[in-house]
Amino acid sequence: MNLTLYVWRQAGPDAPGAMERYDAHDISPDMSFLEMLDVVNEGLVEAGKLPIAFDHDCREGICGSCGMMINGVAHGPMKGTATCQLHMRSFDDGATVYIEPWRSRAFPVVKDLVVNRSALDRIIASGGFITAPTGSAQDANNILIAKPDADDAMDAAACIGCGACVAACPNGSASLFTAAKISHLGLLPQGQPERERRARRMVAQMDVEGFGHCTWHGECQEACPKEISIDTIARMNRDFIAATLAVREEKSAVGAG
Amino acid sequence: MELKSKAPSGPIDKKWSKHRFEMKLVNPANKRKYTVIVVGSGLAGGSAAASLSELGYNVKCFCFQDSPRRAHSIAAQGGINAAKNYQNDGDSVYRLFYDTVKGGDYRSRESNVYRLAEVSVNIIDQCVAQGVPFAREYGGILANRSFGGAQVSRTFYARGQTGQQLLLGAYQALEKEIARGGVTMFPRTEMLDVVVVDGRARGIVVRDMVSGAIETHLADVVVLATGGYSNVFYLSTNAKGSNATAIWRAYKRGAAFANPCYTQIHPTCIPQSGEHQSKLTLMSESLRNDGRVWVPKRKEDCGKRPQDIPEQDRDYYLERKYPSFGNLSPRDIASRAAKEVCDEGRGVGPGGRGVYLDFADAINRLGRERIAERYGNLFEMYERITDENPYEVPMRIYPAPHYTMGGLWVDYNLMSTIPGLHVVGEANFSDHGANRLGASALMQGLADGYFVAPLTVGDYLGSNKLAPVTHDTAEVRATEDAVRARTEKLLSVHGTRTVASFHRELGRVMWEHCGMARSAEGLKEALEIIPRLRDEFWHDVRIPGTGAELNQSLEHAGRVADFLELAELMCLDALHRDESCGCHFRVEYQTPDGEALRNDERFAYVAAWSYDGDGKPPVLNKEPLVFENVALSQRSYK
Repeated sequence: MNLTLYVWRQAGPDAPGAMERYDAHDISPDMSFLEMLDVVNEGLVEAGKLPIAFDHDCREGICGSCGMMINGVAHGPMKGTATCQLHMRSFDDGATVYIEPWRSRAFPVVKDLVVNRSALDRIIASGGFITAPTGSAQDANNILIAKPDADDAMDAAACIGCGACVAACPNGSASLFTAAKISHLGLLPQGQPERERRARRMVAQMDVEGFGHCTWHGECQEACPKEISIDTIARMNRDFIAATLAVREEKSAVGAG
Repeated sequence: MELKSKAPSGPIDKKWSKHRFEMKLVNPANKRKYTVIVVGSGLAGGSAAASLSELGYNVKCFCFQDSPRRAHSIAAQGGINAAKNYQNDGDSVYRLFYDTVKGGDYRSRESNVYRLAEVSVNIIDQCVAQGVPFAREYGGILANRSFGGAQVSRTFYARGQTGQQLLLGAYQALEKEIARGGVTMFPRTEMLDVVVVDGRARGIVVRDMVSGAIETHLADVVVLATGGYSNVFYLSTNAKGSNATAIWRAYKRGAAFANPCYTQIHPTCIPQSGEHQSKLTLMSESLRNDGRVWVPKRKEDCGKRPQDIPEQDRDYYLERKYPSFGNLSPRDIASRAAKEVCDEGRGVGPGGRGVYLDFADAINRLGRERIAERYGNLFEMYERITDENPYEVPMRIYPAPHYTMGGLWVDYNLMSTIPGLHVVGEANFSDHGANRLGASALMQGLADGYFVAPLTVGDYLGSNKLAPVTHDTAEVRATEDAVRARTEKLLSVHGTRTVASFHRELGRVMWEHCGMARSAEGLKEALEIIPRLRDEFWHDVRIPGTGAELNQSLEHAGRVADFLELAELMCLDALHRDESCGCHFRVEYQTPDGEALRNDERFAYVAAWSYDGDGKPPVLNKEPLVFENVALSQRSYK
């Protein structure tokens, strides 16, 4: 198949960007979207031009590196599928495809389709963990977890941190990403001691990073390659409100002797 | 070079506790004065960095991805082994130890393997405490599944995303330590050399992949956790960025490289669909719990639809050849058996390079829902890639390069032959011998990172007085200059061929001559082709752009340049090892029924190669393997 691509090219964070046109020839429907871009890039290098920069790594939909707006849709037309798992059989021969980087104030463009998503790491650092220093654990089967809770926690924990939810949201909100982690840990007994603190701190960090607020558009769960539900956002809001009402001053630890 | 394993004396089950007592400690107030560099943020690196920081060391952690959460450990699907014996099926630390030594075809070091089995139980406890959502039974206890090479059910799992969940546990611990100030994280930063001063590892030279700046980071100890080198084959199940540069640069600075030819070809991957293919996708080995592997008995039936081939015309060859382990035979055996039936012309799918993995019986027995619960996400992934529904038609699978048991040689403390350079996870050679059992890579990565390296790094720091090193120290400047010169050299070739074209060509040579089956003749041929290809690379590679920007072609070129050197060492090692063992199958050495034929008299040793300068052949050093607990025998899974 043959396609016409319009791809966002931008040399660096402060450089102006523009859509450029490329022709993709002899593309097999069995190629993944990224393999199609590989073919285009090899052609560009052979022609002495700079290839299109894009993030990618595992190419099996789990590392969360890849992600681009494809015809205005985060990760393209196939539901529950990351860009690397999207195959060209989802496109018609002769189609025109527009490819852009994630769009969000909190994700500045590094180059072409590569953006800086370190804001998501800082949200996790603000409280997206259970404090369990190495060596401090009890026997694993001492903690019983009802299967439905374990399953719900796993559903939320499936987030790959790609940022599609942010890119798809008209407000540029990271609520689905943050709520997925708050839900995963908050559903488990091990996550209870830090539950309030976690919700307070992670929600505050979202604001610090410049993400927008959730106004229930629901675009995030449509774009999510792991189909994480916006129910998690309701859970986050509940935890956040409860934590705000119940806020207790954190005392600095003072040891005796 | 003398290889001292430093394995403690005494009975096998007391070695680790004895060693823990004998190791030097660092006073808590002094720990923060030490800087530890950890390169890589996967299961081994992430857990080591977090644990070392919790102990109080000042940690700097580096990864080439944009976030430490993306390391390739994340792609591991099936599970993690631990000798918990929660199933009451006869498991024990000793049995996991025994299975691992046997599964590795008696080419691993007993003391290390025993320790791995011993701490496996702590790993599960640790991960559960962190909130890893392992699969559970209705009563709330942990669930287990079976894996190849074992007759007990000891594998813990989180759907088909066990690696992801374990990595997120380590990553979250790491982020917690980053927030606390114990770890400084350097994402999008690639290690290009190790700084050795007075014979000790004292830092690394890195390239900031966004700005292109080449910088040196100094430290008291360096831990490499940079994974394996399966991408030397170009097509593998590894992430596209996985590379050997860190360990190869360390090799060239004096770290011995052990058993480079031990590479695992995983039996259950989605077959290649065409020339454009950029990677191969694994289908978890756990599928072999319920899937039955078969091909048509007759060549003529290979073109037929699988549902049109009646039961009596199917050859369930694993069940036929290995009745007691059947579809759960170890990986090396299952892979070779697949190759064998395809070589006989009985393969299915494009090019005849595929076998069926059929779930029809399991779906009849358990119902579609149970199967979906166990493997749903894997079935979806398969359908997305192949456009075929495995609930309706059998999957097609074929072996693909997956894991490298070889790696930098380390002693019992996980320290390489460069003092102060520790190597953890897949990057070292230590625990899997000539073949790794399924669900043991996650176990090893976390054992090394959570429970071994944090203690042995302390022992090194507590036992050695280190001289001060600054950015003006001659060796530091020389190393940084060498990295700059190499980068400039790559950029100044201005040839005609893309980096990927060289990588693909190297991959074809390695798959053909140093893949699932090897012969002296083929290896000698590869040893002639590879230097020629390397020479062509340095004369004809084309890398657009400059070094002072994000330049993915330059990154790839540096990695391929190193693969072009490592490939030669792999072939040399494979050629010198005149025996078959585990995944190293030399066609000249096989039993009458086609199994690997070891030669324990000549080859019961670790082959650790050391670099002796450009243009000179590498030097072979041998660490004899002593088996005091497990009797050497011909492996049998029949």
